Amino acid sequence: MAESTSLPVTAPQFELRRRPNRALAVLLVFRANPLGAVGAIIIISLVAIAAFAPLIAPHGINEYAGIPGQGPSAKFWFGTDKFGNDIFSRVISGSRISVQVGFFSVALGVGLGLIFGAASAYLGGWTDTIMQRIVDAAIAFPQLILLLIIVRTLGPSMRNVVLVIAIAIIPSVTRIIRGAALVQKSNLYVEAVRSLGASDARIVFRHIIPNVMPVAIVLGTTLLGSAILAEAALSFLGLGIPAPNPSWGADISTSRTSFPLNVSAALFPGIAISLTVLGFNFLGDTLRDVLDPRLRGSR
Amino acid sequence: MTQYIIRRLALAALILWFISVAVFLLLRVGPGDPALLQQGINATPETVAAVHKELHLDDPYYVQYLRWMKGFVTLDLGRSVLTQTDVSGEFKGRLPVTVELMMFTLFWTVILGVPFGVVSAVTRNRPPDYFVRVFAVFGLSVPAFWVATLVLMIPAQQWGYAPPLNKTTSLFTEPWLNLKQFGPPSFVLALSSMAGIMRLVRSELLEVLRADYVRTARAKGLTQRLVVMRHALRNSLIPVVTVLGLLTSGLLGGSVIIESIFNLRGLGQYIFSSILQKDYAVVQSLVMFTATVAVLMNLAVDLLYGFLDPRIRYS
Repeated sequence: MAESTSLPVTAPQFELRRRPNRALAVLLVFRANPLGAVGAIIIISLVAIAAFAPLIAPHGINEYAGIPGQGPSAKFWFGTDKFGNDIFSRVISGSRISVQVGFFSVALGVGLGLIFGAASAYLGGWTDTIMQRIVDAAIAFPQLILLLIIVRTLGPSMRNVVLVIAIAIIPSVTRIIRGAALVQKSNLYVEAVRSLGASDARIVFRHIIPNVMPVAIVLGTTLLGSAILAEAALSFLGLGIPAPNPSWGADISTSRTSFPLNVSAALFPGIAISLTVLGFNFLGDTLRDVLDPRLRGSR
Repeated sequence: MTQYIIRRLALAALILWFISVAVFLLLRVGPGDPALLQQGINATPETVAAVHKELHLDDPYYVQYLRWMKGFVTLDLGRSVLTQTDVSGEFKGRLPVTVELMMFTLFWTVILGVPFGVVSAVTRNRPPDYFVRVFAVFGLSVPAFWVATLVLMIPAQQWGYAPPLNKTTSLFTEPWLNLKQFGPPSFVLALSSMAGIMRLVRSELLEVLRADYVRTARAKGLTQRLVVMRHALRNSLIPVVTVLGLLTSGLLGGSVIIESIFNLRGLGQYIFSSILQKDYAVVQSLVMFTATVAVLMNLAVDLLYGFLDPRIRYS
């Protein structure tokens, strides 16, 4: 006991102030939520596959690799489609489209939704009312039909698909962020910075938005899965990424018109979509439990 | 209460007005002229102008908009630019198909979603719960159009079987054929909503099971079964009703894909083919119809909410 009294008084305080070990924290979270770890592994592999697709794929995406309509074999792991393309190569290359459309559309949609939601909550009054009624209208509207109409109007292309999926994401993000921002707005710190003379824009961008970021991150992760599903659905209907790009959705659609039917041409691109979306959903659920317990059970 | 309903109806009208303007403009800003599509390669400037005149497509936008709105409220949905058929007539033939598909889908959603959600909650963190949760995440992740493709492809390849395609059957005169036609598509369409309901029932029930009155029910010696079924479940189902109402708009969107894949001659397939052909009259009327249904469902659900849970007061 005598030794402990002789220790400097500041020692325990220094101990408390030490930055938490991030890597350890992540490890602990994933140990408590093994499915989240599975999700993270799936997503990391997906990004790696997309980055190195040309090195992994044994054949070109539109290269006549073998007799059309083959099932899986040692030479063609996933078989060949009705054009004689190697399905494995197409699935590998298709990851690039999914990753790009997913990340760009979610970044754009969540980014704008974040600004609209925070502004709507902070400004209040008529601005808030009008913005929220527009959000009501957009949410009441069947989303897929909206996507189809806009793509048909703008014309199918990578850029337009990213754009319409972002547009479809904005309303629900705006609504949820507004709720979270309203809670922040009533906090004393907002009043404090305002009394210090901070402008509205500064309060929204420097104080409210950083504080609702956890909600946005959770939302964004789950929405990445939905965005990739939406791209696949649009491409399946022929209004997504135009041929001959290897979109998973479009490849499933192509498989339906092959004769004789070749199940593997539909099976493997679908497994790729499902695994990807599953990965984002697993990770999203885990992030939600960790970052924002209030969102639990929604969706 | 009356005041609340009036306010909500006014709000619904406002929302529908927003949607009508948005759809009307969206369809007109892009390239693609329905008259050209109708005339095909034989189109000359004169015939295109004649079609424009006949269909009043050369009027200013606000005149076209007002004419459409007037028709819509008097239940005259206009005429297809492409096929020259009356949209109302086509609509009447197709509505029952979509309604039946929706009914079956909601049936699967409730009949499988709620019980498995309950099982999941009462066996929390034990194998049945894990099973339901994993199934639910799969249900939310697997694309319906892929499952639908496999559901059609695998039996066709293995046994040369195909469900009745290309014609509309009636549940009343040929029930078996009708079930073969509507069973698979409705089940595929229900997968994701089923998964959502399982997760919702689980989390709501777990929440309610922590409430004081449930502890009281347990303390007075009721069996687990009675506590869950009679006391806890009822309260945990209130949010489920809301979500079921909100599902409508998502399912109407999903029916576009599912009806096209299974070749069901419903409204979803009609909307899709009309969007592809830029058939204004059809798209704008059908979209307004689906939006109206969705908005009214939301309103109905909110009112039902107060009826189911009298603690909620409208203001």
